[in-house]
Amino acid sequence: MEISINVDGSTHTADVEPRTLLVHHLREHVGLTGVNVGCDTSNCGACTVHLDGQSVKSCTVLAVQADGREVTTIHGMATDEADESTWHPLQTAFHEQHGLQCGYCTPGMIMAAADLLKDNPDPTEEEIRDGLEGNLCRCTGYVNIVRAVQQASGQAVDNPTAEEVSA
Amino acid sequence: MIPAEFDYFRADSVDAAVAALAEHGDDAKILAGGHSLLPMMRLRLAYPEVLVDVGRVEEMTGVREDGDHLVIGAATTHHEVVTNQLVRAHCGVLSHVTETVGDPQVRHRGTFGGGLAHGDSAGDLPAAVLALDATMVIAGSSGRRDVAAADFFVDYLETAVADDEVLVEVRVPKLDDSWSWNYQKFNRVAQAWAIVGALALVKSNGSISDARVGLTHMGVVPLRASATEAALQGNGADAIADAAASAGDDTSPPSDLNADADFRRHLATVLTRRALDAAVNG
Amino acid sequence: MTAIDNATAPNVGRSRLRKEDARLVTGRTNFTDDIRLPGMLHMAVVRSPMAHAKVTNVDLSGALDMPGVVAAFSGADLADDAGAVPCVWPVTEDMVEPEHKALAIDEVAHVGDGVAVVLATSRALAVDAAERVHVDYDPLPAVVDMKSAIADGAQLAHTSLDTNVSYEWPLVTGDPEEVFGNADIVIEREFINQRLVPSAMEPRSVVASPMGVSDEFTLWSSTQIPHIVRVLMAMTVGISEAKLRVIAPDVGGGFGSKLQFYSEEVLAVVVAQRLGRPVKWTPGRSEDIQSTHHGRDQVQRISLAMDADGRFRGLKVDLLADMGAYLQIITPGTPLLGAFMYSGIYKLDCYDFRCRGVFTNKTPTDAYRGAGRPEATYAIERIVDEAAHELGMDPMELRQRNWIRHDEFPYDMIAGLTYDSGNYEAATARAMELFDYEGRRAEQRERRDGDDAKQLGIGISTFTEMCGLAPSRVLGSLRYAAGGWEHAQIRILPTGKAEVITGTSPHGQGHVTAWSQIASDALGIPFEDIEVRHGDTSVAPRGLDTYGSRSLVVGGYAVHEASLKVVEKARRIAAHLLEADENDLEFTGGVFHVAGAPEQSKSMQEIAWATFSPHDAPDGMEPSLDSDAAIDPENFSYPHGTHLALVEVDTETGRVELLDYVSVDDVGKVVNPQIVEGQVHGGLAQGIAQALYEGAVYDDAGNLNTGSFVDYYVPGAPDLPTFRTDRTETPATTNPMGVKGVGEAGAIASTPAIMNAVIDALRPMGVNEVLMPASPRNVWTAMQQARQAGSADDHDVQEADGRAADAADDGGGAANAGEAQHAGGHAGSTEGGDA
Repeated sequence: MEISINVDGSTHTADVEPRTLLVHHLREHVGLTGVNVGCDTSNCGACTVHLDGQSVKSCTVLAVQADGREVTTIHGMATDEADESTWHPLQTAFHEQHGLQCGYCTPGMIMAAADLLKDNPDPTEEEIRDGLEGNLCRCTGYVNIVRAVQQASGQAVDNPTAEEVSA
Repeated sequence: MIPAEFDYFRADSVDAAVAALAEHGDDAKILAGGHSLLPMMRLRLAYPEVLVDVGRVEEMTGVREDGDHLVIGAATTHHEVVTNQLVRAHCGVLSHVTETVGDPQVRHRGTFGGGLAHGDSAGDLPAAVLALDATMVIAGSSGRRDVAAADFFVDYLETAVADDEVLVEVRVPKLDDSWSWNYQKFNRVAQAWAIVGALALVKSNGSISDARVGLTHMGVVPLRASATEAALQGNGADAIADAAASAGDDTSPPSDLNADADFRRHLATVLTRRALDAAVNG
Repeated sequence: MTAIDNATAPNVGRSRLRKEDARLVTGRTNFTDDIRLPGMLHMAVVRSPMAHAKVTNVDLSGALDMPGVVAAFSGADLADDAGAVPCVWPVTEDMVEPEHKALAIDEVAHVGDGVAVVLATSRALAVDAAERVHVDYDPLPAVVDMKSAIADGAQLAHTSLDTNVSYEWPLVTGDPEEVFGNADIVIEREFINQRLVPSAMEPRSVVASPMGVSDEFTLWSSTQIPHIVRVLMAMTVGISEAKLRVIAPDVGGGFGSKLQFYSEEVLAVVVAQRLGRPVKWTPGRSEDIQSTHHGRDQVQRISLAMDADGRFRGLKVDLLADMGAYLQIITPGTPLLGAFMYSGIYKLDCYDFRCRGVFTNKTPTDAYRGAGRPEATYAIERIVDEAAHELGMDPMELRQRNWIRHDEFPYDMIAGLTYDSGNYEAATARAMELFDYEGRRAEQRERRDGDDAKQLGIGISTFTEMCGLAPSRVLGSLRYAAGGWEHAQIRILPTGKAEVITGTSPHGQGHVTAWSQIASDALGIPFEDIEVRHGDTSVAPRGLDTYGSRSLVVGGYAVHEASLKVVEKARRIAAHLLEADENDLEFTGGVFHVAGAPEQSKSMQEIAWATFSPHDAPDGMEPSLDSDAAIDPENFSYPHGTHLALVEVDTETGRVELLDYVSVDDVGKVVNPQIVEGQVHGGLAQGIAQALYEGAVYDDAGNLNTGSFVDYYVPGAPDLPTFRTDRTETPATTNPMGVKGVGEAGAIASTPAIMNAVIDALRPMGVNEVLMPASPRNVWTAMQQARQAGSADDHDVQEADGRAADAADDGGGAANAGEAQHAGGHAGSTEGGDA
């Protein structure tokens, strides 16, 4: 079936089997390998992207269901990936708060966090944790992820080990 | 990981969906949000040959008022039910319960009708519509029919929706200000299914004039704790503890990795008491 | 936060932001499944649905008929090319080891044991075709319970063996008979350290490909051990090591589960060779859970002998360690890595350790974060709490009475190791202060007096561990086949940049950043001008990879030493160029200058160029600054810490909520505080998860009931609190940087802290044991059994005449609720794992 999806600002048309999952379509046909697959039961959230502005688990969406829709992935979050100054505030915050280690959950985590902040721009710690309940991380223990979201939302962050670098 | 092959038909109306189901018989399954069906297909526990996608059927999406009822389209997402102004104003208990389903991403795609038509008594919504005495509207080749919630859930993963039918919408009675509610969902981790859930929906003005207690995962279908409900009728908050003690009566909870039947019955009494306390005492 | 002047401050000790992050936060990653090569085939593995069966027929014809299928192979088809998948740690001379082929041929020994592979042009087609392979199985009894497995007349996990016991490994020091015979008090407990699924977020993945027209071969694998895989692959499939390149690209977590040499790696290589095309294998999570090795899984019988005043005298440890169905590379040795650590931080007069490795028809076990040491720490920290309860003593006071004092280091432990340094007093004082121990005890008393439905529990864990694997001679004495050295090479480029080639293989630990910090300070070359390369055997040919909290201690040490060698060479060249004596040169900020005459100087950049174009070079010196260092550590390293947990137990439902967790860890000197803290956080999350959420559960037929993330509860953000961490710093004495390892520490310490807290909350109810995880079900069961048993102080205490009451005969006694729970409760699993 022929489908047309706007992915990170560009329209992408392809002929796909109905059984093609959106995550596989993005990874293999559109070439966006930053969208990761971490489980097969819709638990881990590593595959999280935005579909018409809402966070979804792209492993539990058929590509054909996204036909005619807009998809935003981690690849669409920075204006210029190679230029840190154009990164999305969450990308910067995850970096500065050490909110990632192996990086596998990170794209999905950032997309979920972006959706959380869109609905709730000034979340409490509890709201951050609840808002990320659909994303598993095995490396960080979540503490620095919470800090990253707090920073991205403009809140002060209590992080004694971070340093402030001048010039 | 990857489903077996299937054909895909996108319905643009209820009639089109019904026609597709009539054509393909039990080879076809309805697809709305897909968050019950696709996980089963990915693990190759289900092999429908045709998926009939109703996710974009306008008639099945959204919430409208109809006199003293709200009508919620079966393809309305959980997120919409949680945030919808009509639901929050007239049937807030549904927003409250739906907020506990899955996680934000799941709630953006999973649907109200899907959560019901899947027929899993471990899901949160069946107990809610049962407590509300909601009515399901089902469409088939011979037209539409209404099925009361009490008759809708037939067995584990089996509802009154036949293979050639589609759940179109759900009619829920509006609740006035004298109603209050609380849902106690007992699970292992945030994303997990309820081991047991207890929904208290109470109408009171000093004394309790109507009490509904819906139980999640206490049988192959959602249940009402009728003994508890009867014991509360006409009484005050001080009757809650005693009434809740019978919440596990006439239930047939499963035994699984998380709890055996006895423990579930015990949990039902505790959660029912807590739900009623929270609902009545705020 | 501290303000740092970037230009002049040393890097080591600073929370430099990670160089790794730019690619990771923007998704410009290269995980193994991202790799796509022309002509690549996808491999699907057909796996046994039975725990134990004879394989009587494998019919591939259905698969071969399917679209897109290029080939299919059974175990018999590949038997000659794919040798036995090895175990590299034969812990005893008479260790019993079943044959382990990459694909089973006559007999399958666990659910998930592979029997055939199918190769197709897409992953979907490979999965479709795999479903069409028809295998005939003749079921055999499944061995799932270790105690049954070692009993006389037990069913056999392998029909080719005549026993289920792989080995028996003892370690006895001092005179246990004398000590236990004469002790005032002996307490005995049985603990179950349940089986876990490591669950790195990236499932394993493998791509194997012949390269071009030569007979060279590349294997990409989501592995922690590219170097070891290279050696083992050469030995297993007969490919020349020199022709084989192994690459660990981006790896999404390992935690020990990717410290392994897997059948699928062998199969991918063999099949790719046969077909002359690239082959990829990436499982779904459920398949990964079945086929990636599991962690822990021990039944522990522990006895502690002590004086009436609580002075510890002796410890007996009797372990049953579940090997699973096969011995993978260090399966038998993993429990033995803990053999030396059951004494924890305490002084003892004798030690009696025995471990039996037992085969069962389950997925093989092997290293998982801590590998043997969490199990040891769990046992000692739990029994110390039991001892405190018996004595009516505060559990922290009992620890203080018995631990090694700061001024007693280095200390020769009863089990044979020498702990180099530590300061348990300082870490404990800080932890108690942060936690408000007295205040929390007061709150606990209040709730007890008020008979609150929600009770508070306080749990302690004072731990140390041996890490920084490892002195090779010790490994040799334990019969481990490989060594424990690590290697680094520094290459100075003509323009003054430096390449650090490390033998470590990071997968989230931040080595690129940390090694840049170390090298930058030592070389005087800016942090930004250091490139660290790793994980590719063609780029970094020498190394022993990353596991066992070894990389900084051994690998970082090697980077440091190699850097010093570079500076030594540079000094010689600088002296020559400045016409000065080497000893008259000072080296600061990357510049050599003549003492007292700072204007006479040469920078590292100038020296680099002068070495590249040695128009004026010292006589007899090779024109190169490049230097290697290989370090074989002289001892393990011994980080330690004091952890305190505050839990709330809902006595009406059994639910446990972790309210607060404080950890004060001493990992010696620290290179990057933020990275260290991150490692602690991650370890805590996993150790806490073992105590509260996780557990791999098998039924009586050997089916894995917790086969996906629906049933295997990896905690999410709402399920854990913000940990409060701090550090003390007692430098290691066995390396010049004074560093100890940190990767596993959090996971080692936290499990007993939580369980001690849960049990502490329930002591007044007569509960003295709760099975892990402390799920509502397990907590509820413990409370029910205590209620039934009645007496609150019915416990297993040695009589004055020195005979310990036999716990097994004690029926429903509360003190041995663990065993009673197991006997009366959940069918089948000795692990006591409860989802």
